[in-house]
Amino acid sequence: MSGPSRELPRWVDLGLIPLINLIAAFLVTSLVFLAIGESPIESVGIMLNGAFGYGSGLGYTLFYTTNFIFTGLAFAVAFHAGLFNIGAEGQAYLGGLGVALVCLPLGFLPMVIVIPLAIIGAALFGAAWAFIPAYLQAKRGSHVVITTIMFNFIASALMIYLLVNVMSPKGSMNPETRTFDPNAHLPLIHDVFAGLGIEIARSPLNLSFLWALICAVVIWLMLWHTTLGYQLRVLGANPAAATYAGMKPPRLIIIAMLISGALSGFLALNEIMGSQNRLLLEFTAGYGFVGIAVALMGRSHPFGIVLAAILFGALYQGGADLSFDKPTVTRDMIVVIQGLVILFAGALEHMFRPQIARLFQGSRFKAREA
Amino acid sequence: MEWLDLIAQVSGSAIRFSVPLLFACLAGLYSERAGVFDIGLEGKMLVGAFTAGTIAALTGSAWLGLLAAILASVLFALIHGFASITHRGNQIVSGVAINFIAAGLTAQLGETWFKLGGQTPQLTNDARFMGYAWPFADALRGVPVLGQIYSQILSGQNILVYLAFLAVPITWWLLYRTRFGLRLRAVGENPAAVDTAGISVPSMRYAAVACCGILCGFAGAYLSIAQSAGFIEHMTAGKGFIALAALIFAKWRPVPAMWACLLFGVLDAISIRLQGVPIAGIGTVPVQLMQAVPYILTVVLLAGFIGHAVAPKAGGVPYVKEK
Repeated sequence: MSGPSRELPRWVDLGLIPLINLIAAFLVTSLVFLAIGESPIESVGIMLNGAFGYGSGLGYTLFYTTNFIFTGLAFAVAFHAGLFNIGAEGQAYLGGLGVALVCLPLGFLPMVIVIPLAIIGAALFGAAWAFIPAYLQAKRGSHVVITTIMFNFIASALMIYLLVNVMSPKGSMNPETRTFDPNAHLPLIHDVFAGLGIEIARSPLNLSFLWALICAVVIWLMLWHTTLGYQLRVLGANPAAATYAGMKPPRLIIIAMLISGALSGFLALNEIMGSQNRLLLEFTAGYGFVGIAVALMGRSHPFGIVLAAILFGALYQGGADLSFDKPTVTRDMIVVIQGLVILFAGALEHMFRPQIARLFQGSRFKAREA
Repeated sequence: MEWLDLIAQVSGSAIRFSVPLLFACLAGLYSERAGVFDIGLEGKMLVGAFTAGTIAALTGSAWLGLLAAILASVLFALIHGFASITHRGNQIVSGVAINFIAAGLTAQLGETWFKLGGQTPQLTNDARFMGYAWPFADALRGVPVLGQIYSQILSGQNILVYLAFLAVPITWWLLYRTRFGLRLRAVGENPAAVDTAGISVPSMRYAAVACCGILCGFAGAYLSIAQSAGFIEHMTAGKGFIALAALIFAKWRPVPAMWACLLFGVLDAISIRLQGVPIAGIGTVPVQLMQAVPYILTVVLLAGFIGHAVAPKAGGVPYVKEK
């Protein structure tokens, strides 16, 4: 990266700087709260309570967290290979199509068969939607940022067409499919616990949360403990070195984007198979874009991504509760807060770095001179 | 001569559709030719549209609305500049942030101030930019071709339409015939050379980003106080991204940018005309396909099948001065 690259202790780089950026984002957020005539402190209290204060709120927080883990991992895998995949929205949208194409006709099969098939469907369709931009980047040098943006819009047009004209049941005016058969619903966590005789609060939190955590571990293993992961990271750090070492950048670019697309597609497991139980319009709701911020805050490490995803999940759920409690606050406020976090933790991540670096290095130099 | 009339009508609406695209596309051109990628055109347009709608409703003056739209949009452009020029942040991430903040803030503030479900109050005609009928426009309506071009395409447009098309030669002249333009293009291709010549790369880039903000303000104001009579939530509806597509389609050049925007405007106008109307031999063309055409064309272009789009060399790369 081109930012100031003075060595800082790891805890400063991974912990302190993101924290300071986050505080800056929240300070600006409180100005927005003041501008609309709400007390920032009271609002934060409501949001914290909404996100963590009671069982069902916590369930919702983890439900949204699941989305952000998938899209955060998706962005991070491509980012390690030096690619900027901002097409998670479109890839997740197509992942929904993959899930629906499994769940609609095969809903009669036992759950243990439907769930793996749906996972494969989501992965295949998400990856397929990432393939064309990946191929064009690898073979023809078309900038993946632009092509993935274009593919988001093409995906949106395609899905509107399919849901309005092809996939909605005959005679229905709603642009959505019929509800999946019960075997094609991912079990909800509170139902699973109820089966074990433990009562927990109801929420749309479902088994895909576990799948997200599994994905995080698998991606961590892949990136740091396999040859493929090593090659991807070399490609991202220095493409010339990768070529010189005999790696094949075009092949690696395509593999990275396929994994990224598949992970984006998994978002549909949570939203479509886990919660809505039918395919509908706009279910991706910006989660793909927020994944960029999740990955950057999590320093593109799966562990960091899970933590950042919890933060964004909490913002989302807390913000929803806040807009429910306070009629003056709309759900758009969540979008503002997300945007500010993306700005300060993402685009402005180096803003406070020079000062912090001076603080730490100053003290170290003094120690050395003495 | 009915089909001639139809063509005139479609052309008229195509021009109206292409105006916001053209403003935003030229806006992106300044920024990207100077080496600052901007996927936040959408957000800045939205901010401009909201501010124009608000100020025009409060003051009753379209011109004050336009001025406020420009100021607000420039403010957002400078935030993008602050992140990507001063702090060398990632320009794509900054653009995403701008789009999020703009979408959320305009909807929330609209609801807080006006309580109309995110809209600004309906504007009266004096608070908007209305079309001017040119002399004899009605009388010449019946004359085939020339009369129709005169009365339905040239006449009856509002002043922002003429300004948008005037902005094309101005941009061309600025970019290719002035010292400012040469320097602007140079910071986008080889900032180190500009730096060696003793010109500040950051200030050139800030100037470019500010130009981008000004034009996005025009684009936004056009949407809320010329084309419509007020701001509606998320009214840009992806136009900022179509403008970006047009910019790439035009290979970052002003005159082709105008043609690209007109082409996308025509597609838009036709898709509305064709809604549910079967074409002989093809059947009904899905509206969604027509809407996706600009994006598909851009991908095909980027793939190198129609010419080759080469972005400014230093685009997206923050400049680090060597010590």
